Amino acid sequence: MVSTLTPSQVETASPARPRPKRRSHYPLYFYALPALLFVVLFAVPTFASFYFSLTRWTLFSTTFIGLDNFRQFFSEPNLFSGLTHTFIYAVLTSGTKVVLGILLGVLLTSRIVGRGYLRSVIFFPVLVSTIGVGLTFKILLDPFHGVVNTSLAALGVQGPGWLTDPHLALYSIIGVDVWKGVGIATLIFIAGMVAIPQEYYEAARTDGSSGWQMFVHITLPLLRPATTTVILLSLIGGLRSFDLIWAMTKGGPGFTSDVIASVIYKQYQAGFYGLSTAGNVVLFLLVTAIILPLQLLFNRQGLAK
Amino acid sequence: MRRERRRAWVVGVVAILASVVVFLVPFLFILLTASKTVQDSADLGFTLPKQWVLFQNIRTVLRTNDAVVLRAFINSTTLTVVSVAIMVVLAAMAGYVLDRRRSRWNTVANLFVLAGLIVPPAVVPTIWVLQSLGLFKTLPGLILIEATFGLSFCILLFRSFVSSIPRELDEAAIVDGASPLRLFFSVILPLLRPVVITVIVVQAVNVFNSFQNPLYFLPGNAGVTVQLTLYNFQSQTLNQWNLLFTDILLITIPPLVMYLIFNRQIVAGMTAGAVKG
Repeated sequence: MVSTLTPSQVETASPARPRPKRRSHYPLYFYALPALLFVVLFAVPTFASFYFSLTRWTLFSTTFIGLDNFRQFFSEPNLFSGLTHTFIYAVLTSGTKVVLGILLGVLLTSRIVGRGYLRSVIFFPVLVSTIGVGLTFKILLDPFHGVVNTSLAALGVQGPGWLTDPHLALYSIIGVDVWKGVGIATLIFIAGMVAIPQEYYEAARTDGSSGWQMFVHITLPLLRPATTTVILLSLIGGLRSFDLIWAMTKGGPGFTSDVIASVIYKQYQAGFYGLSTAGNVVLFLLVTAIILPLQLLFNRQGLAK
Repeated sequence: MRRERRRAWVVGVVAILASVVVFLVPFLFILLTASKTVQDSADLGFTLPKQWVLFQNIRTVLRTNDAVVLRAFINSTTLTVVSVAIMVVLAAMAGYVLDRRRSRWNTVANLFVLAGLIVPPAVVPTIWVLQSLGLFKTLPGLILIEATFGLSFCILLFRSFVSSIPRELDEAAIVDGASPLRLFFSVILPLLRPVVITVIVVQAVNVFNSFQNPLYFLPGNAGVTVQLTLYNFQSQTLNQWNLLFTDILLITIPPLVMYLIFNRQIVAGMTAGAVKG
């Protein structure tokens, strides 16, 4: 039905924005080049990945092998643990950034000395190369000579092997990720807090509300758009995360800090292109399964308000 | 009132001290280690250098391995400038039509933008496409990749900015007989200046810092970028920590300069794009 209409008919059919003439002054060929790039370098590889994930794919040939790659991915603990780690990584980084971001936002919108300096210094790591940050912290967290553990030793505490303990490595990297990324979350929360009208707080104060009550009943509810943004942004970033992990541990020790993105790279390096692409499809499905429902939920809540 | 001011001081000073430990010490550590001699840097300590040799270190780093770091800086600069230029022009045109025109193609365009923001690129199939185009392991190939992956974010920024430009301007130009191209390039584009600057700064930092894309799509020594050399540097210099940290320092300088000059635009771009995304 719709497909039989030409674009100009569609335009005359919409009364909201009348056009002066039949030929639009906003030509569709403005879309042509970006569309070409999108289709060739993004859409085609994405669709092709569904086919290639079902093949044994080397430099020279592709053989269709059905779901074998996925069977392998989910049965080998070394590969499957990447999926669990990705999930843990994304949820923990996202959650911590929300909590710390709100706290820092409250701190940096209140009247304190050195506010401008503090905002700048917290935000700057966002702009620094992830590889640079990763290598720096790898040295700072060195179990024997690193600044962190020698400082702890000076206080009489024996620091753990942050990146060498299999139970700890993933969480140390998560900590560094938060260190690097909390600035952007804080900034978004500050933007949200500044937009809340002061009258609400004045009215609440006349009614005798405490600071905590105002935070829970005014600040938090009105920060919902900012919170949504931070959650979605950091989840998307966390699920894809690769650079920091690769710079700090390469997924080690063993496979204890491997995520899907590093599994994809390792299989690609080993020449298992089909398996690597299956990893890509798993990541695609994981991202869609987490982000799309959240986006729909947040949109509905936004409308309900 | 006086109590409030004292509180402002106490909380502020505590926060500043904490920020020094948490945020400044790592950067100071980079600077101090980069200024040390090899032996001096071997114990990884947070101490003042016995001898300040930062400039010698910089010279050594730039000369190592047939000046690979220098070549990497040239490559990364080319990559950043060209890909950001492509992003700005293409995203401005797309964002403009997306806001101004009502067309059923808009649904498709919006879907693409959303997918570009969310979907992680499929690596090996992208290499396969690049290879069949003869663009794999070439700088132009990587430029197009960076431009494509950055387009979504830029289109969102441009679309929301264009919607704040009154349509009366378009209509006046149309009455004067301006062609669509002229309308866009001489009337609209100059008005987009603030958002163009934001897009340039934010994406320049992104592309300059990009590691995964060069790793996959531009491997090999010929077209190496700064992030790759930094990564390879640790194995080549074998525990010469002073040189590794000199390299880290060199790579941190461009974003720092950008931040000092364009502080406001960066902050605006990151929060505005975030709110839309």
